[in-house]
Amino acid sequence: MKSLIPALLFFIISGFLFVGLYKDPSLVSSPLVGKSMPSFSASTLFDAHKTVTEADIIGEIALLNVWATWCPACKQEHPDLVALAINTDIPIYGLNYKETDKTEARSWLRDEGNPYVFSIADDDGRIAIDFGVYGAPETFLIDAKGVIRYKRVGVMNDKIWQRDFLPIIQRLRREAL
Amino acid sequence: MSRAFILILGLWIGLAEAQIVTVAPEYQQRYNSLLHELRCLVCQNQTLADSGSGLADDLRLEVKRMLEEGRSNEQIYTFMSDRYGDFVLYNPPVKPRTWLLWFGPFILLLAGLIGIRQVVRSNNKTAKSSALTDAEKRQVNAVIKDRDD
Repeated sequence: MKSLIPALLFFIISGFLFVGLYKDPSLVSSPLVGKSMPSFSASTLFDAHKTVTEADIIGEIALLNVWATWCPACKQEHPDLVALAINTDIPIYGLNYKETDKTEARSWLRDEGNPYVFSIADDDGRIAIDFGVYGAPETFLIDAKGVIRYKRVGVMNDKIWQRDFLPIIQRLRREAL
Repeated sequence: MSRAFILILGLWIGLAEAQIVTVAPEYQQRYNSLLHELRCLVCQNQTLADSGSGLADDLRLEVKRMLEEGRSNEQIYTFMSDRYGDFVLYNPPVKPRTWLLWFGPFILLLAGLIGIRQVVRSNNKTAKSSALTDAEKRQVNAVIKDRDD
């Protein structure tokens, strides 16, 4: 019996280490999940005179995608976002995070397709701070009442969409019925 | 060639260095201590004081702004943990989720002490039981005597 104790300790510690092995330390769960989306007021990428606020997003289940042209991973996920915008009825909004070259950003969307209803111009990154953004790209799932339901840090693709986003969206839609 | 390399490396490190934010002297001390208590989420093993990432620059400006608005340290920590979670605090709050973190080391220490006591006890027991019987003593003496002869 006594000789089992070291073995038991070994398995407990190995268990913790084994689970830790498959956890990505760069993924920090957001305290904003379950809370209302922070309020903001800004212009958009294509129209410096227009003002958009969180009220323009609230109303139906939507995605908010943090992107910029200086962010290579954002360019990598771009075709998948365009496909989502075409193949689903979920509106996608952009948060153009500390854009260094707006002209390039606009021509990028013209050439590669624009999945966004509009892109919020977050020039100084203040809106992103309120959203707890720490690594672009990030994608928020926001419900019809404006509550953040999920946050993805890193690129979006079909597999992630099917695995992480769709089940929550289906649950939200069932609850709304 | 190596000199050029070092020069380039030096320039590069210079670029990565944290952007300096100047705060009024009356806030300087609090500003410094706050930055050392907050983690930069981009380079996770650095504090906001050390990190050269763009986000750390922005967050240093936020800390400065909040100090100038007269917010307390508590309010500034709350501002950060509301957005980035308790993980940004180098001094995490004691709550059920962090109990293991706070009390785990003491539990391990206690377990270690109990373990040591057990080992010492069982050693004492074997030491006592290894005392020789009279018959054995006679045997040993006989062997020693044999060798001496």
